[in-house]
Amino acid sequence: MTETGDATITQFLADDHNRCDDLFAAAENAVSVRDWASAAAHFQAFLEAMRRHFAMEEDILFPAFETRAGSGGGPTFVMRGEHREMNGLLDEMGAALERREQDAYLNLSETLLMLMRQHNLKEENILYPMTDHALAGERPELLGAMRAR
Amino acid sequence: MIGAGLAPEQGPPFTAPLRFFLTAPWFLVAAGLLAAFDPGWTEGPLSPTALALTHLLTLGFLGMVMLGALTQMLPVLAGAPMPGIRPVATIGHASLTLGTPLLAWGLWRGEPAALLHGAGLLWLGLAPLLISAGLALADARRLDSVHAMRVAFVALLATLALGLGLAGWLADALPAGWRPDDPFIWLRAHALAGLAGWVAILVVGVAWQVVPMLQVTPAYPAWATRPLLVVLTSAVGVALLAPAPWRVVGEIALALGLAAFALVTLDLQRRRKRKLASPTLDLWRLGMLGLIGAVALFALPLPGEPARLAGGVLFLVGFAASVVIGMVDKIVPFLAWFHLRAGPGTSAGALPGMKDFLSDAAARGQARLHLVALVCLVAAPFAPALAVPGGLLLAAAGAVAGWNLARAARLYARHRR
Ligand code: HEM
Repeated sequence: MTETGDATITQFLADDHNRCDDLFAAAENAVSVRDWASAAAHFQAFLEAMRRHFAMEEDILFPAFETRAGSGGGPTFVMRGEHREMNGLLDEMGAALERREQDAYLNLSETLLMLMRQHNLKEENILYPMTDHALAGERPELLGAMRAR
Repeated sequence: MIGAGLAPEQGPPFTAPLRFFLTAPWFLVAAGLLAAFDPGWTEGPLSPTALALTHLLTLGFLGMVMLGALTQMLPVLAGAPMPGIRPVATIGHASLTLGTPLLAWGLWRGEPAALLHGAGLLWLGLAPLLISAGLALADARRLDSVHAMRVAFVALLATLALGLGLAGWLADALPAGWRPDDPFIWLRAHALAGLAGWVAILVVGVAWQVVPMLQVTPAYPAWATRPLLVVLTSAVGVALLAPAPWRVVGEIALALGLAAFALVTLDLQRRRKRKLASPTLDLWRLGMLGLIGAVALFALPLPGEPARLAGGVLFLVGFAASVVIGMVDKIVPFLAWFHLRAGPGTSAGALPGMKDFLSDAAARGQARLHLVALVCLVAAPFAPALAVPGGLLLAAAGAVAGWNLARAARLYARHRR
């Protein structure tokens, strides 16, 4: 990620969502033509991008927001729950890939895509703008910390 | 846009949208059977059969799905839960299910009592749902899609009000001061507000979210979001309200705006990152081609009733029904999976994936029937003999859609226990 000066949290994390989506599609496209070697490589890249994205949110952004907004049981709680669901699906996808089970993988990836995209929409439409608002003062440090992940 | 809201309690219960989605396809079946058994609709858009078919499709199928989808999308996409969702959805669903056939029967058979009772039932039963949706829309997030939903919502209210007025006029039940000098003005406004203001603008607003979502396409270019909404909304406004010579300007702007939307959507889909074949993608592409065809048939100075009728078929069956089926084929399996996953006591073990709820093969079979039905029905105004196969195929496509979705719901129920 290049430095983008005074980007917003919304912008920064939405861009990262797009990057994850691209990697998702690359892995799925490879599975759909049974190119298992490249599928494994793309899936690994996708998995790492997702883990990093979750870590940026759960370790940096959410705690900062929870401290500021005092809403540990609110939106971030639901988002963490959906991260867990996605991690579950990612594990199952990795297993399907290992067994080279095309149908199983595509069934799971369809489900993950829906879960992931509706999750991203909620974050981009509602949660990130809330964090941009609540954390305006600490934004540069937070973005710096997330970039360093 | 689907799933739980941001707060755990925001997502509506699965039954709220589901009952709408499960019922809607059977109105396609009803429309198909009527189109086959009374091919009189091919005579023109204002024939009694055509009027009945229009409402089986617009209220029974499209309205049913779109209102059901709103109960899901408003809380989740826009962060605006609908107050009293359970009773409001139950009553609204019941009134659409009972009122629509009554209205259609009244229009078909020219029965004033059925017409009035149908219209009245629809109004009474939809009122709580509309109030609840209106309240949710009022304090929803300021997103482009929400603005589109607001415009569509206002257009729906206008459509329903004019529909009630038209039913009153046809049944000769309007109080003296209320009778229109020229009911055709009401009819035109009712049809325009319903088709362009409600159906088309709602699809545009939803497409901004779901087209990039389903196929991993680039986002809509900036001009095709809020500026396009402003153009479409002003165009409908001018076409409805401006002095007569200016209305055609609104109609032309509307046609160009909708065609531009269809073209940019097709272009985004061509540039999609996800290469997997998908019946939903095919249905959306068919829908966009249907929209372009409908706009062309309405806008070009083609002679005669058959062209207008074919335009109406392209709009309702080719455009709106195609994209709506494509959506429901994704939403129902996802929500089934989502609610199973989130529900108590069902977290462990291998749950069905989305494609176990509704396989690509099942969705594709349905989409093919829909396509063949569409081809016959579009040609039927020019070759009325095609009304029979076209109607039967539409009924079959609706039955397969209804069966596919019911099967998904049954699988959900089985795992729930
Ligand atoms: C309470 C609900 C509704 C009632 C009572 C109603 C009533 C009517 C009536 C009585 C007519 C015929 C007028 C005449 O013959 O002069 C008509 C025509 C029409 N309505 Fe509705 N309507 C309703 C909802 C809708 C909706 C939601 C839509 C579209 C989304 C719609 C679209 C149309 C169209 C396109 C026509 C013209 C039909 C044609 O040319 O075949 N209506 N409506």
